[in-house]
Amino acid sequence: MSSLVVVGNGMAGARLVQELLARDPARDRDITVVGDEPGGAYNRMQLSNVLAGTTRSDAIDLAPPEWYAAHDVTLVAGRAVTGIDRAARRVHVGTGGRDGTAAALPYDDLVLATGSDAVLPPVAGLLTGDGLLPGVATFRTLADCVRIDELARTAGRAVVLGAGVLGLEAARGLAGRGLDVTLVQRGRRLMERQLDAEAARTLARSLAALGLTVSTGSGVAGVTGEDRLDGVVLGDGRRLPCDLLVLCCGVRPRVELATAAGLPTRRGVLVDDELRSVGDPHVRAIGECAEHEGTTYGLVAPCWEHARVVADLLADPACGTRYRGSAVVTRLKAAGLELATVGEAHAAGDADDDADLEVVRFSDTARGVYQKLVVRDGRLTGAILLGDTRTVGTVTQLYDRGALLPPDRSALLLPRRAGATEAVESPTALPATATVCQCNGVTKGAIVSAWQDGARTAADVAARTRATTGCGTCRDTVCGLVEWLAAADPDEPAPTRVLDRAG
Amino acid sequence: MTQTHCPYCALQCGMTVTPGTNDTDGPTVGERDFPTNRGGMCQKGWTSAALLGGDGRLTTPLARDSRAEPLRPTTWEDALDRTAAAIRRTQRAHGRDAVGVFGGGGLTNEKAYLLGKFARVALRTSAIDYNGRFCMSSAAAAGNRAFGVDRGLPFPLPDLADADCILLVGSNPAETMPPFTRWLADQRARGGALVVVDPRLTPTAQRATLHLQLTPGTDLALANGLLHRVIAGGHVDVDYVRARTTGFDEVARVVASYWPERVERITGVSVADQQAAVDLLVRAERAMVLTARGAEQHSKGVDTVSALIDLALALGLPGRPGRGYGCLTGQGNGQGGREHGQKADQLPGYRRLDDPAAREHVAGVWGVAADDLPGPGRSAYELLAGLGDADGVRALLVAGSNVVVSVPSSGRIRDRLGRLDFLAVSDVVLSETAALADVVLPVAQWAEEDGTMTNLEGRVLLRRQALRPPPGVRTDLDVVAGLATRLGAPGEWPTLPRVVFDELRRASAGGPADYAGISYERIAAEDGVFWPCPDDGHPGTPRMFLDRFATPDGRARFVPVEHRPAAEDVDADYPVYLTTGRVLRHYQSGAQTRRIAALRDAHPEAAVEIHPDLAEQHDLGEGNRVRVVSRRGAAEGPVRITDTIRTDTVFMPFHWGGANSVNAVTNAALDPISRMPEFKVCAVRLERCP
Repeated sequence: MSSLVVVGNGMAGARLVQELLARDPARDRDITVVGDEPGGAYNRMQLSNVLAGTTRSDAIDLAPPEWYAAHDVTLVAGRAVTGIDRAARRVHVGTGGRDGTAAALPYDDLVLATGSDAVLPPVAGLLTGDGLLPGVATFRTLADCVRIDELARTAGRAVVLGAGVLGLEAARGLAGRGLDVTLVQRGRRLMERQLDAEAARTLARSLAALGLTVSTGSGVAGVTGEDRLDGVVLGDGRRLPCDLLVLCCGVRPRVELATAAGLPTRRGVLVDDELRSVGDPHVRAIGECAEHEGTTYGLVAPCWEHARVVADLLADPACGTRYRGSAVVTRLKAAGLELATVGEAHAAGDADDDADLEVVRFSDTARGVYQKLVVRDGRLTGAILLGDTRTVGTVTQLYDRGALLPPDRSALLLPRRAGATEAVESPTALPATATVCQCNGVTKGAIVSAWQDGARTAADVAARTRATTGCGTCRDTVCGLVEWLAAADPDEPAPTRVLDRAG
Repeated sequence: MTQTHCPYCALQCGMTVTPGTNDTDGPTVGERDFPTNRGGMCQKGWTSAALLGGDGRLTTPLARDSRAEPLRPTTWEDALDRTAAAIRRTQRAHGRDAVGVFGGGGLTNEKAYLLGKFARVALRTSAIDYNGRFCMSSAAAAGNRAFGVDRGLPFPLPDLADADCILLVGSNPAETMPPFTRWLADQRARGGALVVVDPRLTPTAQRATLHLQLTPGTDLALANGLLHRVIAGGHVDVDYVRARTTGFDEVARVVASYWPERVERITGVSVADQQAAVDLLVRAERAMVLTARGAEQHSKGVDTVSALIDLALALGLPGRPGRGYGCLTGQGNGQGGREHGQKADQLPGYRRLDDPAAREHVAGVWGVAADDLPGPGRSAYELLAGLGDADGVRALLVAGSNVVVSVPSSGRIRDRLGRLDFLAVSDVVLSETAALADVVLPVAQWAEEDGTMTNLEGRVLLRRQALRPPPGVRTDLDVVAGLATRLGAPGEWPTLPRVVFDELRRASAGGPADYAGISYERIAAEDGVFWPCPDDGHPGTPRMFLDRFATPDGRARFVPVEHRPAAEDVDADYPVYLTTGRVLRHYQSGAQTRRIAALRDAHPEAAVEIHPDLAEQHDLGEGNRVRVVSRRGAAEGPVRITDTIRTDTVFMPFHWGGANSVNAVTNAALDPISRMPEFKVCAVRLERCP
């Protein structure tokens, strides 16, 4: 029986185990998962919603500890891996378990899914002897989320540092809970990695409309407060009083273990198309800690693709599955802020200096709408949909599939109303060939003929033509036609608007 | 004037049939106030009397000695002797399972029952299945595993009118069963919300409060996504889940991975629309979840229905008055046809063929030993795909099904039929399948014989004989009895429908679909009787599960299910999705409706629905001819440009044969549980015809 050890029980590590079990229920492999957070795996993607109060905290479990036991997977939770002995193929787990002892786990296959750490910005006064100054929190783990949630219950003013996706979600969530929130960003614009300048400006206006204050181009130089936070000092010297500071300054892949074990790393652990370490075929890396073709990913979709590929390869080494990089779609989860970006729409600002590049833009700043498609060779290479994401499903699928775009690109920004049947203001305006009753294929002309043959009520018309006898939705039109015919015929008394059972 | 029901779909509209008064005056149909259709009918129903005319009707058996010859008229004696001889010859040489039976979901309960009995008692073959496998089997399997029993709608149709919200997934009743939509119209008029999930903005979707135009093959992910938001928003009916279900926690764990943004990327349904659907569902006092073939005809159809049942259970719907989950059955007797033994794994009364007690009971009714009954056989597509193989069927009897048109990857099945040593087909007309046979048996049809049908609500109905069959025509029951007698089969082989039904009642007694208390007299007096109805004094069961589910512990089962891609996804070579379905004026393989001038003229062939953007990319204009090509075959039809379809998908209806037959293109990937083929999604490319 071979042994698989997975280091890290976050979105990537837990997904790998689930994918593997789905492929190989009668497996011939011991699986151990080591995670330094307590408890089972949870959905980190949903923490913003938990903080905002739109998702219950008990609804984000991906795999509680009982799940591992039920599936005969060993979970070592709340303990850190201290080292990898690649020569002996052992993983050393630090003390801290119930028995207080360290352990060494043998492996045949080792998967590093260590994820990322929140980056601590170089801000004076942030750290005390015990860690972060009370009132200051990073936003990465469930524990962080719980801490911010507790602080937010009593805090009145909050500063969120970092205007990436997470910072925006945190700021919006806290503002939605009634806090007075300032979003501070050292760079010049919001969501620098996803947005161009105009999109960022439009977004900033939308945030302001939602009651958030945005301060860009300054950053936080220091924090104030003795035992607990009472304010921040911005880069331009201004002081903002606040009792909660949330740090959303990006993440850094956790590669210390790999580096210490002598595995090649740059930003992440360097892996090939089978997600194997380029330095050791028994070690793989997946998720945010993996670096493939010079890219590390900070979104869940690529991490799950890693998990799928590795699960395929572990279940059947000859399966031929390979990882070729991921298409990147970013979706903001924040009430009142509709935003989706795909690819690298922020970079391609101007088509003037690149003849092969086509840029389609729509902007309606009064409504907070900014949309942009970046097209190369008829295919989408990037997009921003801000303020109006009705076409997001189509746009992301076109991008994911690398499909040819429709010749008229505008429909990808502003959806046309499909199947818009003309509102029938008056049935009398219909042409004689118009089908009134779809179910029975009855035209207006046929109804007029029925009238001429003596049908004087809608029920008579129904008996002769079958109109209204199918789904019945043309009833009003038929009644209207009968009234019109009666009115046009001076010898006829006004008809009664009565339908019998047949109608 | 005879009170009866329409020959077509599972709504089985009440109608009257009046014979013609003289030779020039044909029979006519009329309206009938019945609780399901309330006097309404669609054009198919109104024109159905034309089926009873002589046009194209077979009135004499046909036979040939080899496929190289044309079919020639023969006598009934000869046709049945040839068939019985072929059966004997084949079984002697290749064993009992070398003779197979293929039935249909349009056959009456009596016929379905007798066909199953014939296979098990006269042929003693395991090789029997039917075309309901292609329509009902996924919902049936999911219903069985959640509720312990499968009845399409476990409540009567009028309940729909009082629902505050209906989630309708993969169904287009405005075209497939128009009078049904009167209940939806009533529901909307009361202020109820209708949410329609469909890759097309169908006439049904155009009437909806909200239309979710998802990517073909992603209904499961959408269902899990909706449940995700129900749980995340704290809208689970906790008391109901605790009191009446098991397995919620595992489902909650699975759907924790289906957050709205992920589901948006899989399905193409925006986060906002997902939330809008959830809001409508959770705000409703009485909500319903209904599925049809659009959700079910997938290689993951069972799991898709399970996901939707999970959603309904979390909302506390099934087994409470005015609420619930239901499946809209398609074929005329899609419900009854799957209950009485023409399915590979079943015995009458919806009993399992591998259940020893069920075998004892039914064998007792049939007067044979339980040990002599064969075991479960192969499912429909597998049976057909193995025709002519060493271990497959070499002589096949087909009744009530036009498999050449209705099976997926139909080119392959046509080849397989050609490899048979012997093929006999019972039909009303010379269908595409009958034209390939060695023996063709002309049989009576709906208004020419009595019989019961079980409609989409589980209501057993009586179709009455209104006129005599044409001279030379016999009934399916006559055919079965004639063959059973020739084969020296033990037991009784009645040919009167009422006598067969009485035997069916005994055989079904005590089973999940218990018909023991249902009689022709009661059906007529009570406008149908809902099963289960175990004895004469029982009122029948319009609403099921009010006290308990039909599981051993009485609780409904949550079943955790994961999304997986369609068996064949789009790629560079085949970049467009194909989905299939029905049109207003035709039914099933079109063998009936294509004979009726009014329907044929109104809709003469299968058009290919294409979005204007996709049409422009392919330089296609309205009315151009286009070939829809997959890895399995091609179908050709005129272009119909419409913006009601997704830009990445084409639609083609399946009612036509020959070059216009879309099932030459569809994918026979099967659901692992129901063995349902994936009719509703495959990858194609479009080629403009010169």
